[in-house]
Amino acid sequence: MFSDADALEITGTSADVPPPVGALLSIRGNGKSIEPVIEKTEEHTQDWAQVIARIRDKRDRAAFQRLFSHFAPRVKAFLMKSGTDASLAEECAQEVMATLWQKAHMFDPSRASAATWIFTIARNRRIDAIRKQRRPEPEDLPWGPEQEPDQADALALQQESEKLGAAIAQLPEKQKDLIEKAYFGDLTHSEIAEETGLPLGTIKSRIRLALDRLRHQMK
Amino acid sequence: MTDTIKHHLSDKLLMAYSAGTLPEAFSLAVAAHISMCDECRARLASFDAVGGALMEECSDADLSETAFEDTLALIDAVDMTAPATAAPAIGTLPRPVQDYIGGDLDAVKWKSVGMGVKQAILPTSREATARLLYIPAGAAVPDHGHRGTELTLVLQGAFADEVDRFGPGDIEIADEDLDHTPVAEVGADCICLAVTDAPLRFRGFIPRIAQPFLRI
Ligand SMILES: [Zn+2]
Repeated sequence: MFSDADALEITGTSADVPPPVGALLSIRGNGKSIEPVIEKTEEHTQDWAQVIARIRDKRDRAAFQRLFSHFAPRVKAFLMKSGTDASLAEECAQEVMATLWQKAHMFDPSRASAATWIFTIARNRRIDAIRKQRRPEPEDLPWGPEQEPDQADALALQQESEKLGAAIAQLPEKQKDLIEKAYFGDLTHSEIAEETGLPLGTIKSRIRLALDRLRHQMK
Repeated sequence: MTDTIKHHLSDKLLMAYSAGTLPEAFSLAVAAHISMCDECRARLASFDAVGGALMEECSDADLSETAFEDTLALIDAVDMTAPATAAPAIGTLPRPVQDYIGGDLDAVKWKSVGMGVKQAILPTSREATARLLYIPAGAAVPDHGHRGTELTLVLQGAFADEVDRFGPGDIEIADEDLDHTPVAEVGADCICLAVTDAPLRFRGFIPRIAQPFLRI
């Protein structure tokens, strides 16, 4: 975690009031070029939104390297668990990471954690390169630099993502096994249980709120 | 639109779409419904979060020693253009459907299947079939059973069958037990996207007349 002092240095906000932790997510467009001092070994999911923002705004290769060293091995492991051999998984993992660099402007921390977003890119790569199929995607909601993600929404979403991760880790072995099988591609859609038993109500409501806000801004 | 939808995607369809294991035609129906429905868009995002959590938990695989440099080289090779985000669709049909037609409704190449009903098969992988159905107001699609799962998404107009009424954005999920007779509502012609995982049968082997209705 960043301390408040780190946050102040990054955001350049007034020192009168310590900024909410959510302010960490806002380093975009303030024109400051202060480099944050990052000397952590333990990553906290919440920091990734900021790292991705640095990649987007400053094409910051050091930030990219941090993201890479955390996620590239996981993407490769994920693809290998999905039945991909090591060399193709390596190739795809590199392509996924390159895609992150290119699509950094499309990351919306009020709708997905960094891990979630990277998962979707890795999954699409798997469909494209390994299953060799097209992936129909829903229409995008208009999303551009003129629309800042809501800070409170983004922070709440990160917290919900962490809670969900913890809840999945604590699922009974049998149930967790079925969910992993579904995501690693070992189950067809008709083999997936109708009741997943996953506690998704809260995170869904959060995302729904963020979508409603976005729709409202579009009007 | 999004608040009037009553019939949504099931959890198992959303999970399979999130996992990336649905046949392409099914993915098209899911993507089209989500384009019209923020509730399912949010539900999908929560299933994606499950995928993110599972990936986060994967123990690290060893990368090649030059993996990072190789990735930078990849970026340098293609980083000229920032990819544009897909704009929302202009027209009647949701964007993912337009992508398969190569245009909006006026670009659909309909083929008559009798009694005023028309269809157009969309080019997806063969494990499942996607087609647009055009049902004139007040007309019925003759009773058809089907093997496997059939999804019917209303894009325009409305139909009713033995189960319920389905309006724009509603999706009916029917398994093989359901024999239904969708009837388009009076007032507007009904256009649906129908997908089924029963394979295309008989094509080219049996005289046309013997093909089952709608060639599914
Ligand atoms: Zn829905």
